[in-house]
Amino acid sequence: MTTPATTTQAPPGQVPGRAGALRAAARRRKGARSAGSHLLLIALTVVVLYPAVWMLSSALKPSSEIIGNVSLWSDRFSLDNFATALSGIGGVSFWTFFANSMILAVLSVVGVTLSASVSAYAFARISFPGRNVYFAIMIGTLLLPFHVVIIPQYIMFNELGLVNTFIPLLAGKFLAAEAFFVFLMVQFMRNLPRELDEAARIDGCGHARIFGSIMLPLMRPAIITSSIFAFIWSWNDFLGPLLYLKKPDMYPLPIALRLYVDQTSVSDYGAQMAMAVLALLPVMIFFILFQRYIVDGVATQGLKG
Amino acid sequence: MTLDGSAAEAGTARGTDAPSPARGRKASRRGDVRAGYAFLSPWLLGFVALTAFPMVASLYLAFTDYDLFRPPSWVGLENFVDLFHDPRFWASAKVTAIYVVVGTPIKLAAALAVAMLLNMKHRGQGAYRSIFYAPSLIGASVSIAIVWKAMFIDDGIVDRIAQFFGAEPGGWVGDPSKTMPMFVLLAVWTFGAPMVIFLAGLKQVPTELYEAAAVDGAGPVRKFFRITIPMLSPVLFFNLLLETIGAFQVFASAFIISGGTGGPADSTLFYTLYLYIKGFTQFDMGYASAMAWVLVVVVGVITAILFKTSNAWVHYSGDNR
Repeated sequence: MTTPATTTQAPPGQVPGRAGALRAAARRRKGARSAGSHLLLIALTVVVLYPAVWMLSSALKPSSEIIGNVSLWSDRFSLDNFATALSGIGGVSFWTFFANSMILAVLSVVGVTLSASVSAYAFARISFPGRNVYFAIMIGTLLLPFHVVIIPQYIMFNELGLVNTFIPLLAGKFLAAEAFFVFLMVQFMRNLPRELDEAARIDGCGHARIFGSIMLPLMRPAIITSSIFAFIWSWNDFLGPLLYLKKPDMYPLPIALRLYVDQTSVSDYGAQMAMAVLALLPVMIFFILFQRYIVDGVATQGLKG
Repeated sequence: MTLDGSAAEAGTARGTDAPSPARGRKASRRGDVRAGYAFLSPWLLGFVALTAFPMVASLYLAFTDYDLFRPPSWVGLENFVDLFHDPRFWASAKVTAIYVVVGTPIKLAAALAVAMLLNMKHRGQGAYRSIFYAPSLIGASVSIAIVWKAMFIDDGIVDRIAQFFGAEPGGWVGDPSKTMPMFVLLAVWTFGAPMVIFLAGLKQVPTELYEAAAVDGAGPVRKFFRITIPMLSPVLFFNLLLETIGAFQVFASAFIISGGTGGPADSTLFYTLYLYIKGFTQFDMGYASAMAWVLVVVVGVITAILFKTSNAWVHYSGDNR
């Protein structure tokens, strides 16, 4: 807005000089803006990371120094809280909880990979009557609040005698009930060249062959992304295990953590924090190793299709 | 974008399949049907057993009195009438409504602002993007709920800092007027997921548009409202839809921070938490089913409104697909 106004004011002979000065000013302004936005980003990073750093610092502090203390640093840092956390809860070892979480997460990954990729192939690559209707229903379940099904599902699994087993928590994974994963794989598969399957069909391949030897290997990125999310969501899941697992030796970490918080007094914040850190550790390791897959997966999920 | 686009794509996909040699067509069609259902069977089975049947069952249960031990007895609309007269139901509806209506826009505004900041081609953009995204992965976990509670408790770190700035002493966890801000802050902390999606959207906006606007003398505010927002509207719609539906389903953090009670003074009694209390601690499963269906209807109406109004403000540019 300002540029035309100033140029009309300037005498004709001085235009080049003026323009040069203007450009320099613009460059300086741009530099200042860039420095300002950099500072803003750094400040934002501090704010975003603060709760995580605070958690870690508190896990290393003696409990008495956590509440009523602003400093993140302590002269009395130690691993005592972790030792307390690792000693377990109510006679059940920490590693039992860890193993339960791990079994659930790994089986979730297996279930999701198998069921979602197979179902996605039907949606993306086989044309049969009714497919579009099923696809619309699948998208609909993506938007459905899952709370509507938890009560009848619980009643059903209870009737089947499956409460206190991992089956209610895994059934949905092996039956592609989480539409997000099917959708992600359908989107990915649609972007693979059709000539591949057409060529294979001319060579006499059936769908099983096309899926197994052509699609599946090409779907590696989508499978990695969905495996990561399946793992992390299962690892963090709270409501499912809360409903179905009632025996402490079957608890995964989030439920164990809740039991721990309920059992320990306020004065034992240090051990609670240590256990919270331990429960998040695999997720953080996953994130650091696979951040590109995770963040790119989220980015494309919003745009493709 | 996502939904319409994929439906359209599915339509064209079928079209391109059709022109195959006439002789083989019939046989392969029949084979395709069989293969289609075979490949679809995991999803189909899951849909019937874990979604469709339970939905119908919960609709039936909503009209019954059922405690898991005695068979359900038909009570007609009684559960819905009781809901209407239940102050805790209204408290939980209010808590969730405020959280959705206040928390979601703030979270999305933060996500968009940071995405625009990051889109200014900084060095280390990828690193910032990852760091800002990380809380979205863990924000709903029990660990973070415990951390949040400890940070906002009486004499905790937030209380201390607030006092430094002249606030009255007192933790946020035990103060009914401050629990909602605490949950909104937790939601805003997880701005990273919509931010990543916004950023991907911003990168697709052609820079020529901004250059042309600058030539025409448009300032940053005009550029934002006339270029950024319209070009980003499909992504904005996607984020708004997903974040709104997600906000209705907060559970673990409310459960942990309030110790499963929804207190103090029902100020953290999120809808899903009350549903859980009714269904699984009081075993009033008919009532909880009625609550679940009210939630489905409300979310369905909001989704429908979002889709309807989206025609007016969401612009799909042809080459975007």
